[in-house]
Amino acid sequence: MVAEWFFWLNQNNPLLLGLIRVLFVVVAILTLVPPLIWWERRLLSWMQDRIGPNRSGTVTIPSSFPVKGLAGKKIRTFGFIQPLLDGVKLFTKEDITPADVDRKIYFIAPALALFPAFALGATLPWGPNTGLYGILTPVADVEIGILYALAISSLGAYGIVLAGYASNNKYSLMGGLRASAQLISYELAMAMSVACIVMAVGSMKLTNVVVEQEKPLWGLIDGVQNWFIFTPFGFISAIVFLIAIIAETNRAPFDLPEAENELIAGYHTEYSSMKFAVFFMGEYAAMFIFSGIFAALFLGGYNMLPVNWEHLYASTGNQLFHVLDNANYWLAPIVFIAKCLGGISFFVWLRATLPRLRYDQLMDLGWKSLLPISVVNFIIVGIWIIGTELYGPVGGWGAAIAAFVVALVLYLNILNVSKKGAPVAEKRTVTMVSTPKRVVTMVDPIKLIKTFDSVVTSKPQLKMKLNMKNARGGYKR
Amino acid sequence: MLNILHQFPLAAVHDEIPLAAFLGLSLAMFALGSLGVLIRKNPVVVFMCIELMLNAVNLSFLSFASYPTASVAARDPFASAMAGQSMVICVMAIAAAEVAVGLGIIMAIFRYRNQVDVDDMNTMRG
Amino acid sequence: MTLNQVAFIILAVIALLGAIGVVFLKSPVRSALSLVINFITLGMVYFMLGNQMLGIAQIVVYAGAIMVLFLFVIMILRSQHPEEDTSLWKDRRFVFGLLGGALVVALIYNFVIQPTQSIYGAEFDRSYGSPQAIGQTFFTQYVYPFEIISVLLLLGVVGSIMLAKRKF
Repeated sequence: MVAEWFFWLNQNNPLLLGLIRVLFVVVAILTLVPPLIWWERRLLSWMQDRIGPNRSGTVTIPSSFPVKGLAGKKIRTFGFIQPLLDGVKLFTKEDITPADVDRKIYFIAPALALFPAFALGATLPWGPNTGLYGILTPVADVEIGILYALAISSLGAYGIVLAGYASNNKYSLMGGLRASAQLISYELAMAMSVACIVMAVGSMKLTNVVVEQEKPLWGLIDGVQNWFIFTPFGFISAIVFLIAIIAETNRAPFDLPEAENELIAGYHTEYSSMKFAVFFMGEYAAMFIFSGIFAALFLGGYNMLPVNWEHLYASTGNQLFHVLDNANYWLAPIVFIAKCLGGISFFVWLRATLPRLRYDQLMDLGWKSLLPISVVNFIIVGIWIIGTELYGPVGGWGAAIAAFVVALVLYLNILNVSKKGAPVAEKRTVTMVSTPKRVVTMVDPIKLIKTFDSVVTSKPQLKMKLNMKNARGGYKR
Repeated sequence: MLNILHQFPLAAVHDEIPLAAFLGLSLAMFALGSLGVLIRKNPVVVFMCIELMLNAVNLSFLSFASYPTASVAARDPFASAMAGQSMVICVMAIAAAEVAVGLGIIMAIFRYRNQVDVDDMNTMRG
Repeated sequence: MTLNQVAFIILAVIALLGAIGVVFLKSPVRSALSLVINFITLGMVYFMLGNQMLGIAQIVVYAGAIMVLFLFVIMILRSQHPEEDTSLWKDRRFVFGLLGGALVVALIYNFVIQPTQSIYGAEFDRSYGSPQAIGQTFFTQYVYPFEIISVLLLLGVVGSIMLAKRKF
């Protein structure tokens, strides 16, 4: 029924259908951001062995409730509405605009920070491009899908830079400067790692990228899908891309632009109330959409498992595989959102695990590690494509692995040569020495007091001091 | 309202807008850019005006590329379109390199003299 | 007036306002922002012309990289003289320069824009703006320009690193 209406719209009023497609993306982001914040806080508190928000939203059923079993019981939601309450708090707080800010830019900056996060979703397919989802999924299935995503994500710098500039605050400005430098440096590695995938696919359409991943694994194994994270070059560029998107979204460990203890929250120091909430929301929306792009590029997009059910059904004739194929089709949006959530959980995990990078470490990682790795990876992809075209899949992988070995040998050689001229650094070695074991014996405090008393009553000064020491330390060595 | 917008995919741009419109936009941008180069004193802004002029040139390249007019272009319009786009890519690359070096020079001057003003940069004057 | 014409007029007006902003706004940051607006609308004009690849490259290269670099430098210099005096109208040389410029504009209008007013597009393969077509051309017909560009960019990188070093 609804499906037929959509098909009718596709025939008769494509513009309205386009607006509906936009609404799907925007509404999905808007409704998913508060649960994301809740999820991050709960997961983070679980990882840090805290409790986290767990009170709000608990409903106590009054004891006069007629149903016997329910009366007096508490219904817990584990703090699920906490982000909603936070939103209300932010709305009702006083909106302070400092006196000397550059007012126009100060007001525009949060909007500029939020805009790219929403605009990024335009080329992202959240369902198969056949049948009903085919007319609903990417808002615009343009030829330049991935480049569009890169372009919009590079515009994300403006919100932060301008917020830092307009606040007329030293620390905000430093946050903005750090953000712009960081974004420019990681954009390169990101573009190069995406270029590998574009080369392997032969198209920049994100829908084509996902369809390409439904082909047989490595061109050899028929029943399994060729998700790029399973291929060697895809794995390398997935890691580079992942690090780059963490840097792009300013998340820990790359949260230098908003480092609390160095820059008192950096670019949004002077923002309060709703404007701060907009920044906050933009960050989460960007995380969500970037995870979606990661899923589409490397994790097979909307496919549930890397198994080609259709092929299995055709080869075995088992009806179960047909059912699973249909489930794979119809559950596509849910699977896609689940993959995005997985990405965000990974972000939270990193935040809980890694300490913040120093500025020079950040630049070193971007320029000296990620960029060369992805460039070498790019060359290897080219060799793989030529090998595949000339000698088939096996030859292609052989050529790629040979190229990888050559690159590794070259790299080690360069490392050796560059080390030869360098001054020899002082070597420091740490050797573990086995220490005598300490025997820890707990002292019963009551006994201690008793002996203390007896000491005080029976003998003078000297022994008393000894016992005092023991009492303070609490244990004997 | 929405039915009017039905034709939105912009299929017939080349049939509805004359070449002169794009060229006029390009001309206006170029003129504004050159005016900016003449009257502004902040070297960064002067640089931006140069970028504006380069973009105006890009626009005219692209509009000539997609409207095959001259007799040469009319013979093989696709090749002439590709030639125009290649030119634009060259201009973009040159602009990027120029900005990297130029801003580096401005930063170096700033470090050396602690202020930047194009009227004060006259140490090379004979 | 068709929808295409309306869209073009809107884009052209925004682009021109951006260009005017670059020249006449006093604060360098605002000049940079209006230049960004100009570049993004220009990218959209490229889309209208059918050059998808170059339109998005315009946004990536100019709005995403070059202008961020500009903002970066402006912030480091921390706007030396935001209240810059742009009123050169009293200077006689300037007025004559403006007149000469107007003459050039009029000449270009007369000899380029006036004759092209009635030129509309001819029918041919409209896939010239796709990334495939551009890649194909760059790796067959225009290999040498492509290589020269890459060497130029390398020189730019090396040069800017040399300039950025503290000691010469």
